[in-house]
Amino acid sequence: MTTTTLEEPVRKAPPGTAAREPRRPGRLRRVSLPYLLLLPALLLELLVHLIPMVIGIVMSFKELTQFYIRDWGTAPWSGLANYRMSVDFDAPVGEALLHSFFVTVGFTLLSVALCWLIGTAAAIYMQDTFRGRGLLRALFLIPYALPVYAAVITWVFMFQHDNGLVNHVLHDQLHLTDKPSFWLIGDNSFYALLTVSVWKGWPFAFLIVMAGLQNIPGELYEAAALDGAGIWQQIRRITLPSLRPVNQVLLLVLFLWTFNDFNTPYVLFGKSAPEAADLISVHIYQASFVTWNFGTGSAMSVLLLLFLLVVTGAYLLLTSRGRRAADV
Amino acid sequence: MRSTRAAAVGAVTLSLALAATACGGGSSTGGGSDDSPKTLTYWASNQGASIAVDKKVLQPELDRFQKQTGIKVKLEVVPWSDLLNRILAATTSGQGPDVLNIGNTWSASLQATGAFLPWDAKNFGKIGGKDRFVDSALGSTGAQGKDPAAVPLYSMAYALYYNKKIFADAGISKPPATWDELVADGKKIKAKGKSVLGAEGANVSENIHHVFVFAKQQGADFFTPDGKPDFTNPKVVDAVKSYVDLMAKDKVIPTGDAEYAQNQSVSDFAKGKQAMLLWQSAASNLKSQGMSEDAYGIAPVPVRSGTPGAGAQVDSMVAGINIAVFKNSHNLDGAVKFVKFMTSDTEQKTLNEAYTSIPPVKSAQSDAAFNTPATAVLKQTLATSAAALPQVPSESQFETTVGTAVKELFADAAAGRAITTDSVRAKLEKAQQQMPAA
Repeated sequence: MTTTTLEEPVRKAPPGTAAREPRRPGRLRRVSLPYLLLLPALLLELLVHLIPMVIGIVMSFKELTQFYIRDWGTAPWSGLANYRMSVDFDAPVGEALLHSFFVTVGFTLLSVALCWLIGTAAAIYMQDTFRGRGLLRALFLIPYALPVYAAVITWVFMFQHDNGLVNHVLHDQLHLTDKPSFWLIGDNSFYALLTVSVWKGWPFAFLIVMAGLQNIPGELYEAAALDGAGIWQQIRRITLPSLRPVNQVLLLVLFLWTFNDFNTPYVLFGKSAPEAADLISVHIYQASFVTWNFGTGSAMSVLLLLFLLVVTGAYLLLTSRGRRAADV
Repeated sequence: MRSTRAAAVGAVTLSLALAATACGGGSSTGGGSDDSPKTLTYWASNQGASIAVDKKVLQPELDRFQKQTGIKVKLEVVPWSDLLNRILAATTSGQGPDVLNIGNTWSASLQATGAFLPWDAKNFGKIGGKDRFVDSALGSTGAQGKDPAAVPLYSMAYALYYNKKIFADAGISKPPATWDELVADGKKIKAKGKSVLGAEGANVSENIHHVFVFAKQQGADFFTPDGKPDFTNPKVVDAVKSYVDLMAKDKVIPTGDAEYAQNQSVSDFAKGKQAMLLWQSAASNLKSQGMSEDAYGIAPVPVRSGTPGAGAQVDSMVAGINIAVFKNSHNLDGAVKFVKFMTSDTEQKTLNEAYTSIPPVKSAQSDAAFNTPATAVLKQTLATSAAALPQVPSESQFETTVGTAVKELFADAAAGRAITTDSVRAKLEKAQQQMPAA
C-alpha cells in the first residue's frame, strides 16, 4: 500500500540525470517518514511491553525468591525448574495452577458468551427509533464508563451475606433460598464473579455491535421484508452475517480482556480468591507477590502468554480463512 | 499487523505479574551512604483510625526532630493493604524510603532479603543499647541467632473486649477466662438476641494470629525447632479445628463473619450488635467508631484452663510494629538518629499513648498513661503470656497458605459443611505442600 503511493510521484517526474540527484534525499525522507512517525510508539511499545516481557522471561529461568530479590544478579539460574514445577500437575503447585486455568477458561467462555449475547440483543433491539432510546443507550453504557474499582466495591457491598442487597432481594423478598447465601466465599463466588464480569463487559459488546449495525444498509432489510422474511430470518440472514467482521474482533478482545482480568477478582475477593473463583491472573499474582517467588510467578506468566498466543493465532487463522472462503 | 497487536494485548498478561518488578529495572547492590544528610523519607504504617489521623499524630514529632537535628523527614503513611508490596518493590528496585515501619511478624522474612540494616551491638549502641527494650518485643525482630533486622516501636497484644451492657443483660458477672466459659456465656448472650464473638474469617493474617495462639495452647508449633513447616502435626490440626469450631460446632462466631476481612467485626462490636471481640489494641479504633470507653471492658484472651502464662497458657501473639532502616539509604547516619529519636522515652510515651499501644521501651512503660485498666491488661499479657510468631524466613508464606486454609475452612463451616479432623488436616496438608522447599 505505502510503496505504491510513494513510487507514483517518482515515476511522474521528468527523466534526466540532473533532476535525479536532488530527488534522492526527498525520496529518502518520504520513505523514512512513516518509520519516524512510528518511532515514538515503537519505543514506548519496547519500553512498556517488550522489555518487561523479556525481563520476565529471564526471571522465569531464575530462582528469584525472597533471598535474592534485593540483587537479581545473584539469583541462581534454575533452568527449567520453575516451569517443571508449574506444569507438574501431580504436585500441589501445578495442580492448583491447572485448577485455576480450568476455572478461568470456564469463566471466560461463559462471560464472553453472555456479554456478546446480551450486548447484541440490546443493540439489535435499540436499532428502531423509539421514545427514550438515547436515554436507554446512555444508561446501558454506565457500567462500562464507571471506574472498575468503585463499581466492583459496590458489588462487594451488594453481595455481603448479612446486609447485602442481593440476599435481601433473593432471600428476604423473593424467598428463593432457604437461608441467606454466601457470595464472596465458597462455591457461589464463581457466580458472583461471573455476574460482575458480565455486568461490566456487556456494554462494550453493545457499543461495538451498535456501531457495526450502522453499516448495514437498510435496503437489505426492506428487500428481505418484501420477500417475506420474518424478524428472526432477518437477524439470521442479514444482521449476523453482516456483523461477522465486527464480531470476529469483538470476541477476541472480550476473550483476552476477560481471561486476563485482574481488577474484578482482586477487588471482589482480595489476595486469596476462593477456590471456585480462583482466576489465573490473581493466582499468578499470589504465586509471585504473596509467596515471594517471582521466578515461579514469571514462569506461570510465560506459560499463560504462550497459551494466549496460541489461542489468538489459531483464532485469527481460522476466522480469516473462513472469511477468505466466504469472499470467494 | 493484527497478530502483532494481539501479541501486544497478550503481553499485558505478562506485564501484570512483571511490571511492578520490572519497572524497578536495575537493582542497586551498593550499600548505603551519607550523601544527603539533610533529608529522610519515612514510611509509617497506618496505626490510627485513618491515614489523616496518623499524619496529625506524627507530623508534630517529625517537626521536633527537624528542630533537634536539622534533618527534614518526608512522611508517607502507607495503608496496610499496600505496605508489604511496597516494601517488596522497594527491595527489588533499591528505590525505597530511608526508614520504615514493618509489621513485626514480617521481620524474619524481610531480614532474609538483606534489605535492612542489621542491628548489631554497634548500631544498638547508637540508640541507647538493646537493654532498653522489652524482651518479648525483641523476640519478634528477626531470626534467632541473627542481628535483629528492625527495632521494636509499638507493642500490642490481643485481649478480649466485651460489651458491659450485653453482659449485664445476659446476667454474666465476669468475662470468661476459659474457652468453655466463653461458649457457656455465649448461650446466654444468644438468648438475648445478640451475636457472641466476632472474627475476621476471610482475613488471612487475623486467622494466623488466632490459630497460632490456639496451637500454643495445645502445646504445638507450626514449625519444627529447625524451621521446617509441621502443619499436619495432630496437635496443630486439633488447634485449627478448635478455632474453626467456634463457628462450626460451638456457634459463638456468627457464620456471616466467615466473609469478614475489612474489620467489620470491630464495627459489629462498636455498634453493640456483638458481645465480644478478640482484638489487638482496639481502644482508639473503637473510639473512632463512637463507642465510649466505659461501654466495654478488657480482659485477657481465654485459655483452655487456669490463667494466662507461659507455654500452654499463652494467650496472645507478640503483636506490634518495628522500625527498620533501609541499607540503601543515602543518609544512614540520619536514619539511625531518627530511630533513636522515635525510640526515645518522650516519643515512645507520646506515640504509644496516641495509638493506645504499649511502648516496647522499658523506661517508657512506667508512665501513668500505660497503667489504665485498658493498657494494664495488654502490658501484663506482653510481659507474661505473649509469644512471638515463628521467626523463620518463610513466615510470610506461612501466613498466606495457612491463613487461606483457615479462610476456606470458615467458608465450609458457614456453608454448613462438616468440619472434621480429616477435612482440617487435608487443608493444612495442602498448605504445607505450597510452602517453599527450603
